[in-house]
Amino acid sequence: MKIKQLSIFIENKPGRLAKVCRLLSEAGVNTTTLSLADTREFGIVRLLAKEWERARDLLSAKGIAVHANDVVAVAVPDEPGGMTAVLDALDAAGANIEYNYAFSVGAGRRAVLVFRFTDPDSAAAALKASGFTLLDEETLFG
Amino acid sequence: MTHPNYPSLPHDVNCPHHPVSAIDFMPVDRLRALQLHRLKNTVAYEYERVPLFRRRCEERGVRPEHVKTLADIKLLPFMMKSDLRDEYPLGLRAADNSEIVRYHCSSGTTGKPICVANTMDDIMVWQNGVMRCLAMFGIRAEDTVQVSYGYGLFTGGLGAHYGAEGLGCTVLPASAGNTDRQLMLMRDLGVTAIACTPSYFLRLMDEAAKKGIDFRRDTKLRHGIFGAEPWTQAMREKIEAGTGIAAHDIYGLTEISGPGVAGDCRFRTGLHVWEDHFYPEIIDPDTLEPLPDGETGELVFTTIDRRGMPMIRYRTRDLTRLRAEPCPCGRTMRVMERVSARSDDMLIVHGVNLFPSQVETGLLSVPEVLPHYQIVLTPTDTMDLLEIRVEVTPESFSDNVASLENLRRRVFAAVKSIIGLSPKITLVEPNTLPRSEGKIKRVVDNRPKH
Repeated sequence: MKIKQLSIFIENKPGRLAKVCRLLSEAGVNTTTLSLADTREFGIVRLLAKEWERARDLLSAKGIAVHANDVVAVAVPDEPGGMTAVLDALDAAGANIEYNYAFSVGAGRRAVLVFRFTDPDSAAAALKASGFTLLDEETLFG
Repeated sequence: MTHPNYPSLPHDVNCPHHPVSAIDFMPVDRLRALQLHRLKNTVAYEYERVPLFRRRCEERGVRPEHVKTLADIKLLPFMMKSDLRDEYPLGLRAADNSEIVRYHCSSGTTGKPICVANTMDDIMVWQNGVMRCLAMFGIRAEDTVQVSYGYGLFTGGLGAHYGAEGLGCTVLPASAGNTDRQLMLMRDLGVTAIACTPSYFLRLMDEAAKKGIDFRRDTKLRHGIFGAEPWTQAMREKIEAGTGIAAHDIYGLTEISGPGVAGDCRFRTGLHVWEDHFYPEIIDPDTLEPLPDGETGELVFTTIDRRGMPMIRYRTRDLTRLRAEPCPCGRTMRVMERVSARSDDMLIVHGVNLFPSQVETGLLSVPEVLPHYQIVLTPTDTMDLLEIRVEVTPESFSDNVASLENLRRRVFAAVKSIIGLSPKITLVEPNTLPRSEGKIKRVVDNRPKH
């Protein structure tokens, strides 16, 4: 089970992230989570949004380099060891993680781990087989 | 093999040359006689009407009657862009307001603009030059021409417009910008030829790809009329392979008239100069001595029948050569090699000569990037920093840092292999390098001037 994540290229300069956020908020796009990977010169904004297609089209129309890609979201209990169990299962299945980030939902009751895998399908299958709950877009965005 | 988008060869009786091309084939002796006649008239006219020219001739002890042969042109003083700036706005104007019908100005990236005054005859000569270029490209009255050069003070828009209209084409005066609308109109109106800067056309290709538009399948476009900035053979190949159009080279400059001073024929030996109006010379930029045909140097033009603001021995700063051999197309108008460098553009970085066109050639070998770039030179405590900013395209951008770093490394290697210097490559967001009239300012030199 895969969900769509938007990745946006920005230069590492003041105001660039704000510009992207402003465009989204002006269009009424609500983002569920946003993370930023950066190097000295450029950054990649990664975000999950229910209306990802609309967000992609409107950013693209503004000439922004935006890319939709597949990630896997796993729900784990928000407690010590929650992530370790997932990583162990992935390790056992030999799944390669390109990156991941986490966020909590529902007042700390549940954590969501978002993974970008080299091979998302087989990693998702491995997680499912180990009994983890993968979130689809409907569940994630409510 | 010539590009398939040209009409059949002219010796096919069913497809003769366009009538406007007749003068392109004028016998050489007649052409030289015409040039000499026009040159003498222009020199006498300029001497009488433009104080700066007269003063410079007097300083050299030259009088109009000393020009007896075409070779005598070397007796005359040069004109430079700085003369147009110093004499701004109209110090070089040779005709009065009752004769002048139109001004054009060039923005000039450095300080004052230049202003050029045209009489009705000048406008007609200019229009005729564009018509001859379009006819040579194989464009006919049946074609629909989208003019996506900027309209206004810049000569690109109106120049291409009147040329295409003069040929009887259907003209779509789209002007520059609004890429979405350009693509929509191109498809809806069945546009067969587009006139714009080659870098703007790359932008259109980029946008079309994003929207899933295939030029071959979804448009009727067959010809590109590209000029107003130096471009390379690699760029032409990229455009032709990507769209199936024939990418034609049109050359011109506001100081001399506008686009349509020269263009390339189907044999692509270079650009035929309409030397019945614009007399070309190649000089050694250091000694200022004329060079024979075949040798590379700075291109110099004399407008031999212009009346609003004649230019005598105007130094273009463009580096090229005139071919000594005749062109297989049969045109007698001499061929200048494609301009890929301007003497003004040459940078000296760490003691090495660097032309922006070399950077462009390097970038074109990396398929994921468009040659939308800017060279920035910044002094540091030790060595000058050579930075090349390259716009990331939506296609080249993938989600992970490693692949962007990898792209940057490949851009670095491609550029380094051509320029022999190690630049710092900076990836920037699409459409963020500053553009004016569709052209990116290629060089920002922050080093102290000497």
